Amino acid sequence: MKRFVYLDHAATTPLDPRVFAVMKPWLTEKFGNPSSFHSAGKEAKDAIEAARVSISKNLSCRAEEIIFTSGGTESDNLAILGFARANSSAGKHLIISAIEHHAVLEAAKRLEKEGFEISYVQPNLEGIIELDSIKPLVRPDTVLISVMLANNEIGTIQPISEIGNWIQKTRGAKQYPVFHTDACQAAGALELSVEKLHVDLMTINGSKIYGPKGTGALYIHHGLRLQPLQFGGAQERGLRPGTENVAGIIGLAVALELAQKEKNKESERLIILRDKLISEILKNIPKTQLNGHSKNRLPNNVNISFLDIEGEALLLYLDAQGVCASTGSACASASLDPSHVILAIGRSPEEAHGAMRFTLGHSTTEKDIDYVLKVLPPLVEKLRMFSSMSV
Amino acid sequence: MSDVTNTCNTEAWFYSDIVKDHFFNPRNFLKEENPPADFKAYGNYGSPACGDEMKVWLKIDPATKKIVGYLWKTFGCASAIAAASMCSVMCLEDEGMTIDEVAKITPQMIVDRLGGLPPRKIHCSVLCDKALRNAINNFVTKNEL
Repeated sequence: MKRFVYLDHAATTPLDPRVFAVMKPWLTEKFGNPSSFHSAGKEAKDAIEAARVSISKNLSCRAEEIIFTSGGTESDNLAILGFARANSSAGKHLIISAIEHHAVLEAAKRLEKEGFEISYVQPNLEGIIELDSIKPLVRPDTVLISVMLANNEIGTIQPISEIGNWIQKTRGAKQYPVFHTDACQAAGALELSVEKLHVDLMTINGSKIYGPKGTGALYIHHGLRLQPLQFGGAQERGLRPGTENVAGIIGLAVALELAQKEKNKESERLIILRDKLISEILKNIPKTQLNGHSKNRLPNNVNISFLDIEGEALLLYLDAQGVCASTGSACASASLDPSHVILAIGRSPEEAHGAMRFTLGHSTTEKDIDYVLKVLPPLVEKLRMFSSMSV
Repeated sequence: MSDVTNTCNTEAWFYSDIVKDHFFNPRNFLKEENPPADFKAYGNYGSPACGDEMKVWLKIDPATKKIVGYLWKTFGCASAIAAASMCSVMCLEDEGMTIDEVAKITPQMIVDRLGGLPPRKIHCSVLCDKALRNAINNFVTKNEL
């Protein structure tokens, strides 16, 4: 019997009904513009300021250090482009991890065109960015270092606190380099205290934590100068002009609150399911290999290369059985390049083409995992029968 | 067809029913480790590192120069598998194409028979015509035709 098993929570999560319930009045009867000087506007303004306070508590920062954006991509862009451009007189060198999301990598590429120099830190073979790999890249003109808190493809958790602590100590009384982390994938599983992580900029996103799509935030440490990416209003201290997405901001705050409150219990549950899925696939399906560290990864992330087959084909075979997953294969990407993350951890292009990502979430049950473990082996076997790599 | 059209540059990502049929039930692929001894014309194109590879084995009637047997294997996505399958069907129908006819097969002919492919998929996943040409060339050279 066919089930619907959604294992693509790293792509996006459904909106939590508890979040939607809080958002709902702000989509209908409470429609005021927060910039208006009447009671309807004041009501909306108060609500987004309450959301800012709520988010700041989860990040252990001040409310005024939070800027609302349209999501992870915009927050990453604003952090990288906005900070580098505003501080270019201090230096034009950035250090970026090679396994960042494209929202960071493409922003860095844009800066290269503007005369900035970027050094890319390579991960080790388990997908971890080590502090010792960053140290030799730091120069007197390095203004920004960016390493994500947890990787979106292979789920590896990065030693952000260790890196941030070293950066803080090394720069001493100097202002640079500052440290940015993209916490989009981590917010449902890890602690986000900017103090403990020693970060100066942090990207947060709503659509990965059962919040609304098109919502995000950027933590900007007090006193840091950024240049806006868009113009036309004084909202968000002029760093993000445009009428605020009131319902979205409120939803983001509730989603983050719930994610942080429930993360330990949910992680405990997901780790058991994750490890079952990993170990059973590796045991029962020949020519498979886990991508990324086996333990130091997000509780919901499984990324496995199925050798001799191409990920898009397996994705569609799984989809026909009701299982939604994702692949590092070139064929399924808009760019037609295989995953830069899988290649960066030393895998061959063939291995990257065969990489499948399964990301678990609130709805995932042991029955779902058992179902995947039942339907997957014959699909892999069938696809290998056509494979030119088997002859 | 509706799901393979390009609307306002938002390229649809889904496949036609014919593509799905050939992808889920591919025809004429090589099931065994090795092709039968009389499949003497072998050709290949592409590489797994680039994401797509096609291998074909042909059985050619020495008298009529017609394709009477066609087996393939591929490393590739759904459209590569469907194109490989459809190309084998095209070569074998009506008692088989002659090697001269096979040499005239273009990627567009295969795409048309599949009911269309997403545009970006055509150049990378339709490799069968090149693998076929390689097989025919090898056959012609070996047999001094």
